[in-house]
Amino acid sequence: MNGDQDPIIKQVTQGDYKYGFVTELDNDALPKGLNEDIVRRISAKKEEPEWLLEIRLKAFRYWLTMKKPEWAHLKIPPIDYQDIIYYSAPKNNKPTGSFEDVDPELLKTFDKLGIPLDEQKHLSGFAVDAVMDSISVKTTFKESLGELGIIFSSFSDAVREHPDLIKKYMGSVVPYRDNFYAALNSAVFSDGSFVYIPKGVRCPMELSTYFRINAANTGQFERTLIVAEEGAYVSYLEGCTAPMRDENQLHAAIVEIVAHTDAEVKYSTVQNWYPGDKNGLGGIFNFVTKRGICLGDRSKISWTQVETGSAVTWKYPSCILRGESSVGEFYSVAVTNNHQQADTGTKMIHIGKNTRSTIVSKGISAGKGQNSYRGLVRVVKNADNARNYSQCDSLLLGDQCGAHTFPYIEVDNETAVVEHEATTSKIGEDQIFYCNQRGIDTETAIGLIVNGYAREVLNKLPMEFAVEAQKLLQISLEGSVG
Amino acid sequence: MLSIRNLKAAINGREILKGINLEVKEGEVHAIMGPNGSGKSTLASVLAGRDLFTVTGGEVLFEGKNLLDLSPEVRARAGIFLGFQYPVEIPGVSMTNFMRTAINEQRKYRGLPEMNATEFLKLMRDKKALMEIDSALASRSVNEGFSGGEKKKNEIFQMAMLEPRLAILDETDSGLDIDALKTVATGVNRLRRPDNAMIVITHYQRLLDYIVPDFVHVLSGGRIVKSGDKTLAYELEEKGYDWIKEENEE
Amino acid sequence: MEAVSEKITLDNQLTDWYFTNRDQLMSSSNSVFNSVRPAAMESFRKLGIPDSSFENYKSTNIPKVFLSPLHKYIEQRKILFAVEDLFHCDIPELDTELVLLVNGWFYENRPRLQVLPGGMIIGSMAEAAKEYPDLIKQHYSKYADYEKDGLVALNTAFAQDGTFIYVPKGAGGDRAVQIVNVLLSPEDLFVQHRNLVIVEDNATARVVVCDHSLSARHFLTNSVTEIYLGPNSHLDYVKLQNENDNSNQIATSFVHQERGSDAVFNTITLHGGLIRNNVYTRLNGEGASNQTLGLSLVDETQHIDSYTFVDHAAPNCNSHQNFKYILDDQATAAFTGRILVRQNAQKTIAYQANNNILMTSEARVNTKPQLEIYADDVKCSHGATVGQLDPNAIFYLQSRGISKREARLLLMYAFGHEILNKISVEPLRVRLSDLVDKRLRGELSRCNSCPLHCQETC
Repeated sequence: MNGDQDPIIKQVTQGDYKYGFVTELDNDALPKGLNEDIVRRISAKKEEPEWLLEIRLKAFRYWLTMKKPEWAHLKIPPIDYQDIIYYSAPKNNKPTGSFEDVDPELLKTFDKLGIPLDEQKHLSGFAVDAVMDSISVKTTFKESLGELGIIFSSFSDAVREHPDLIKKYMGSVVPYRDNFYAALNSAVFSDGSFVYIPKGVRCPMELSTYFRINAANTGQFERTLIVAEEGAYVSYLEGCTAPMRDENQLHAAIVEIVAHTDAEVKYSTVQNWYPGDKNGLGGIFNFVTKRGICLGDRSKISWTQVETGSAVTWKYPSCILRGESSVGEFYSVAVTNNHQQADTGTKMIHIGKNTRSTIVSKGISAGKGQNSYRGLVRVVKNADNARNYSQCDSLLLGDQCGAHTFPYIEVDNETAVVEHEATTSKIGEDQIFYCNQRGIDTETAIGLIVNGYAREVLNKLPMEFAVEAQKLLQISLEGSVG
Repeated sequence: MLSIRNLKAAINGREILKGINLEVKEGEVHAIMGPNGSGKSTLASVLAGRDLFTVTGGEVLFEGKNLLDLSPEVRARAGIFLGFQYPVEIPGVSMTNFMRTAINEQRKYRGLPEMNATEFLKLMRDKKALMEIDSALASRSVNEGFSGGEKKKNEIFQMAMLEPRLAILDETDSGLDIDALKTVATGVNRLRRPDNAMIVITHYQRLLDYIVPDFVHVLSGGRIVKSGDKTLAYELEEKGYDWIKEENEE
Repeated sequence: MEAVSEKITLDNQLTDWYFTNRDQLMSSSNSVFNSVRPAAMESFRKLGIPDSSFENYKSTNIPKVFLSPLHKYIEQRKILFAVEDLFHCDIPELDTELVLLVNGWFYENRPRLQVLPGGMIIGSMAEAAKEYPDLIKQHYSKYADYEKDGLVALNTAFAQDGTFIYVPKGAGGDRAVQIVNVLLSPEDLFVQHRNLVIVEDNATARVVVCDHSLSARHFLTNSVTEIYLGPNSHLDYVKLQNENDNSNQIATSFVHQERGSDAVFNTITLHGGLIRNNVYTRLNGEGASNQTLGLSLVDETQHIDSYTFVDHAAPNCNSHQNFKYILDDQATAAFTGRILVRQNAQKTIAYQANNNILMTSEARVNTKPQLEIYADDVKCSHGATVGQLDPNAIFYLQSRGISKREARLLLMYAFGHEILNKISVEPLRVRLSDLVDKRLRGELSRCNSCPLHCQETC
């Protein structure tokens, strides 16, 4: 690319993070640090039953014996786990569930983020659970969904109202022993969403949770659990933002999905945590364990993620395909710009016969960003006729960034067909010139081309989200070609 | 409209255009012919602003403005259209989105408001009908998976959409069978107007049976060595390019 | 836990073996070898034999093959047979210069170094170190990094002999050098050889390596081969692994390529027990090109593991890796291919493929193609597939009157053909194609008159 484009690249790659504001709120927070007492106090704050505290303590003790994983293609500065606040909640929020009782400051914050919590004002077809720091602020349309038997509530409410379901499913897909960050989350998790779709019900609206980190020095450890009973269907969306701060903040979440026979769960994420500044100062460390199990025959779990934020992303939304003819999908766009690093991908574990999985990953690296796809496809011995197709593409914008692909394919069944393809490329000069010749300037041309490149994945998002994600991509790096 | 004076251009230090002079007026169609490697496509690229080539001398005025000072996209917005010899594939970018962006950029440049979706889609429909273009085209990605003929048709379709003042068609006939050639030529002829102009670059006289030029120029060794009316094309067809070279050497 | 203590015991045994024999090693070898020995040993003590805690050795149990009791010698043993009588390569029209190693030592009944017309030198590595120390010093242990891999460190610590090939500037041509590595012993044996191939500017080398076992014993070979390719040189390297199924082999090769050089490095694996092949390629000069290829046909309990690493360290280079496995019975296989494109390596074109056919439900494969890219103006891609023969293709052939068995063989043969086709020495290509065909038919794929009746000899 010629030198003239460099200023454009700079200008565009340095597009500002527009969700970086802080809301001044009175917080009810526990002191910094992590020990059994803190774990007990979190549990007490949430008025949890004894069995849940036991789980937390077991997880905490196990976590103490673990080391953080080092295999990812990431450079992470050491994290002082004693220097983090594990519980912080906006004070003036009365958990009555009624709109009138929500602190107006909070409402303003979510309005500003484009997430009106007033059901009258809301986008039609969406129900929202808004989580700030350690607690859920408001869940909309809870009642009308309840008429269909659908449970959509904060995780804390669900523990109180549906303890049997939580006991049955929590930790069934991601046990606390699963990995370092899962153990940490299981010990200190704060809030999150719980979704239960009863047998045969097709959830009529998109359910979404909006996560916001607000308080300083605070980690966010949410936990989401989605259960779809036989023949149920739900599409669930997750969005995240955080203020601009110079220090790194930790986000370690767990998402568990259970799909019974003929059930289908679509899980979409637009992750836009604060990525840090141009020099790599600050930003969220995003260490997330997301996993779904296709328990029943012909069940389906589909992950779609657009990852544009966070200083470091470590995330592998996975599917355990246990039911016969079950289907797992993973569609991902991950952008790293400036000093961002991402090591993300999926695991598809084929256990049932005739199981199928599809992986489409589009990595985009700009600035000094490092972007790795890491994915495992495993076909176990009795998983006859398993099929997997993986396509991992990387796009490099600039000559300071990196794009890496680390697929792991393990096949133990001769009837499997597993295909993996990966390509790495940059935007062609001829493509840009072609656009220029039609009157489109280079910056817009790159925005067009990048969105075109990611289109296969963006198409999987619900309409409103797709538009948002497209804009986000443009802001994150449009024009950053080298 | 367009005035090229002693234009010289080089690639990697090698001079390809060695002093081109050409005047194009409104309503005219100029054909530029010449053997392979004579600099025909280079001329088209230089006029469109491809940065692979360095202009080493001369000037180009387009409607009074110094064309060589303008970036490729500004030239395009000012009304220069290049029909590419090898149209570029842009995966994932739909024709609709591509054309809407292009048209709105052009309108912005001309101080016009952006076209709304309804108006735009109507324009697409009208032009598709005019150019006899398959209606599925709009939902496909730019040139991706298009056959050679489809790509060339798509170039002419874009020309119809953008209504350029000056269209430069670079070997639009190459790789086309006779039927496709006729379709493309019919499209081009429909776009001929008293207030626009065209430069048609071709290796063969065949295309000029369908797009009848007002002037024919022969480019050889980076210079226009002969100009005439359409009969020159027939003469070339009959005698071959060696005739020009020989005549030139004498 | 048990495995960990086993590894420690093993590492200690090998370390002890070194220190017990250090004086003899030092006194019987040239300073070229001796100068790096201590550092290599130090590195081995740190790394040890790689077990599954090393990411690159996850799929292959290397300590296991070291644990079976094997005799180890640090001096050449007398061979009681004339190896020429036992081994005679009969490939018709294959006109080669022969280098014969027996158990990793240059075969004593042959001239230790030969200077061929044109200036090419072939023969014993130990002898070459004595005769041409300056030349060897320039290259020896310059490409084989003993600080990253314990097996390379082990080889370097004990290096004494192997094959040496030197092609001076502008020399070389069509005539191939054939290296025959014969394993022949009345007892189970651990063998290490250290080889060096130097191809200078504008020179051409064609090398054929045949690994054979002539005794039905357990062997373990840990070899290291360094190859230097000077500017605009050419290398055509074919390695045939065809030892008995009780023989395990770890073969590590380092190919260092300067500007404008091109190399084809092809490994055909037929018989053998556990086989691990490492091929490290460094494209160090602009415009170099490399093809690293492999075809493995394995059955019963064979295990094949290929690791390739291509380091694009200069602009405008291209690399192509293609590995194909056909796995029958309980055979297992692994492939790891890593392409690294450094920041300055613009205009790189790199491609990597691993395709596998599983014939039975017990066969198993793990594959890890990896791209690590730091330059933006590159074209890199990789692909991996695991599957079966296309049933439609089998049916199509059957419908033309071909039996199902024959149809499967044809298709498997076609699958492997892409790799075999890259062998440029024609008689060898014909012979190897024939061997592959026989291997697929389950016939003993040994060279015709090579009387390695492994079950009977010794």
